[in-house]
Amino acid sequence: MMCLVSGETYSHIKNIMSLNNETIKARLIEKFGEQVTHFETPYDMLSFEAPKEMNLKVMQFLFDDTELRFRFLTDLTAVHYPDQPVRELAVVYHLHNLVDNIRIRFKVFTDISTPDIFTATQLYSAANWMERETFDFFGVNFVGHPNLKRILNVDEMDYFPMRKEYPMEDQTRRDKDDAMFGR
Amino acid sequence: MDHHIKLPEGSIEKTTTTLNLGPTHPATHGVFQNILELDGERIVSAEQTVGYIHRAFEKIAERRPLYQITPLTDRLNYCSSPINNMGWHLTCEKLLNVKTPKRVDYLRIIIMELARISDHLICNSVVGVDSGAYTGFLYVMQYRELIYEIYEEICGSRLTTNIGRIGGFERNFTNAAFQKLEQFMAEYPAVLKEFENLFSRNRIFMERTSGSGGISAERALNYGFTGPNLRATGVDYDVRVHTPYSSYEDFDFEIPVGKTGDNYDRFLVRNQEMWQSLRIIEQAYQKIQSFKGADAEVFHADVPEYYLPEKKDVYTKMEALIWHFKIIMGETAIPPGEVYLSVEGGNGELGFYLVSDGGRTPYRLHFRRPCFIYYQAYSELTKGAMLSDAVITMSSLNLIAGEMDA
Amino acid sequence: MSRPVRFNVTPIVADAKDNIALADMPPGYSGEGFFATKLGDVVGLARKNSIWPLPFATSCCGIEFMATMASHYDLARFGAERLGFSPRQCDLLMVMGTIAKKMGPIVKQVYLQMAEPRWVVAVGACACSGGIFDSYSVLQGIDQIVPVDVYVPGCPPRPEAILDGFIRIQDLVGQETLRRRHSEQYKALLGSYGIE
Repeated sequence: MMCLVSGETYSHIKNIMSLNNETIKARLIEKFGEQVTHFETPYDMLSFEAPKEMNLKVMQFLFDDTELRFRFLTDLTAVHYPDQPVRELAVVYHLHNLVDNIRIRFKVFTDISTPDIFTATQLYSAANWMERETFDFFGVNFVGHPNLKRILNVDEMDYFPMRKEYPMEDQTRRDKDDAMFGR
Repeated sequence: MDHHIKLPEGSIEKTTTTLNLGPTHPATHGVFQNILELDGERIVSAEQTVGYIHRAFEKIAERRPLYQITPLTDRLNYCSSPINNMGWHLTCEKLLNVKTPKRVDYLRIIIMELARISDHLICNSVVGVDSGAYTGFLYVMQYRELIYEIYEEICGSRLTTNIGRIGGFERNFTNAAFQKLEQFMAEYPAVLKEFENLFSRNRIFMERTSGSGGISAERALNYGFTGPNLRATGVDYDVRVHTPYSSYEDFDFEIPVGKTGDNYDRFLVRNQEMWQSLRIIEQAYQKIQSFKGADAEVFHADVPEYYLPEKKDVYTKMEALIWHFKIIMGETAIPPGEVYLSVEGGNGELGFYLVSDGGRTPYRLHFRRPCFIYYQAYSELTKGAMLSDAVITMSSLNLIAGEMDA
Repeated sequence: MSRPVRFNVTPIVADAKDNIALADMPPGYSGEGFFATKLGDVVGLARKNSIWPLPFATSCCGIEFMATMASHYDLARFGAERLGFSPRQCDLLMVMGTIAKKMGPIVKQVYLQMAEPRWVVAVGACACSGGIFDSYSVLQGIDQIVPVDVYVPGCPPRPEAILDGFIRIQDLVGQETLRRRHSEQYKALLGSYGIE
């Protein structure tokens, strides 16, 4: 069963599944040239990368294009790679084409000293809180976000806890000592 | 004028009342806060604060080997923990390239559909409680107890089940478990029918829930809605059908959809999903009865590198002891890679994004939590609604705080 | 090695005619038409069988509490029929579930809004000590912020365990002296939490 989005019918899908990872890759390269790089298909999901200034252009293209139709933002998160200079923070978008049932993963990398990425909230309302969560955990500054403040942690927290240099445990707790708890 | 009374800025000119539907409130089932601006009884705007039960799952997961993350996933949507556990094990199996035998898949489906029934029962009966009807809740909790007993037979625990292993289950389903399952399948349809009779055409309930908290399909998709909330708006997106996992493609079931996405439609969609879940359980049970001989004893895949063996084997057999040691000490090789897998949780698409660098713990584990994503839309759902509608909308969205904050 | 049985060694024999086990009277002196006992015992008996709990349910233990409240493990037969959500009206604060650091001030505020005599039961491993979440955002036990009377361990505790904790609270309530809340020791305890 496929889902119906904005009046589109799915009668053609059953016979012609022309959209697959190869065609998506070809369309992206056709539109953006060498700016989209690092095409991989780990576990059958196409994954690619673009410079961080282009993130909205790529996502807008994927949204508007009548063949690609990636109109559902499944997930937005970040990963911290402290040992990759200039590319420490990766913001990862998972997009989903509900009509043709294809998912892709789109990454933008930024360095940790100026982690400014354009916000996707104009395109997907779902990105609002997901970007706030990413800011809360990693410190990624989403430029143009309507309300970029901490969402899950206490407002007074002054560091970004999911970065690799910070420990998991609360350092001020007195009742559990590291000798007994095997850190 | 009294000069010593200091009023906040703009408080005399303000024409709306600020009401804090705070983190502790009988209507918020779980801890999240809504700050409402009310004009009389009408809501002008709503602002949500979450994070009151943020337990840093993603940070903890970076320090735990794969089996120790299963108890964390239990506590995401704790009303239906087995679905979270299975989803996590399926993600690990995708990363490790493990194929599970059919019997394991069918047993998993039974457990997941029982969990879905258990989750929808809580949501629907609590919508009833919030509109003043306490009876439905008490009546169906008896059958949730029966579901808990089925879990107990298999994994020992009622609520936070930590059920299953990578590749299957920790033990075969006992005869008692199958007997309880048969009892459930025999008794539950009548209960669900009676529950429906209490609410579905009840005039008071319909007037409370119809027409409030509605959202259109385009806005819902833009907000990232999934699950029953999205299906109530008319979009039939169900991960079990779109990306079948654990042999769901072998089963015949329907996806109920609504029309307007309001509270009443969500209630009806969840009720219908419970009927479909019952259908799936019955089919799975038939299929399991049809396995004969050695096939009927299979309850895990043959992957000793990742399957934590049964304790009775660990205590008596050498290989099982060695594998047990290697898995617990983290010496089995986890390949580096990135995988995203989603399952249809009680609230929608529950996704697991696992980045592994080859070590014994994940490098990064992110949970795509449906509650967190669709709660953003609450202010749009309640714009212009009355205060009592806001309460019903909140409970019909099935917001589970553990999943929201992770 | 077997342990000796400590509980229920002399169960109360139920009355065969109406099948109800009656609670014992407090020790006292009775005669023709009168019964004399300590005021504290009578007040304790009344209080303990009519506790109004405030279920401060945050997470998974809250669902087990819902099961405790439901008809299978009925909490109402212990007198806790009326659950209140307003701290002004309740005696017993049942904190069930993980308390994050963001939620800590709210637990404290709810505790402060309760009137004396008040009791607190920490249900579940997270409320007792932080549970499995030894992380930067979780308060490692609510006894960091409010004084706790009974701890119910478990993750989540079975409804029978929650009922057992409730019965211990009933024991505490029934045997509490009437002037305990004015004693120096109690004031020092509250003072150590910063509560006057």
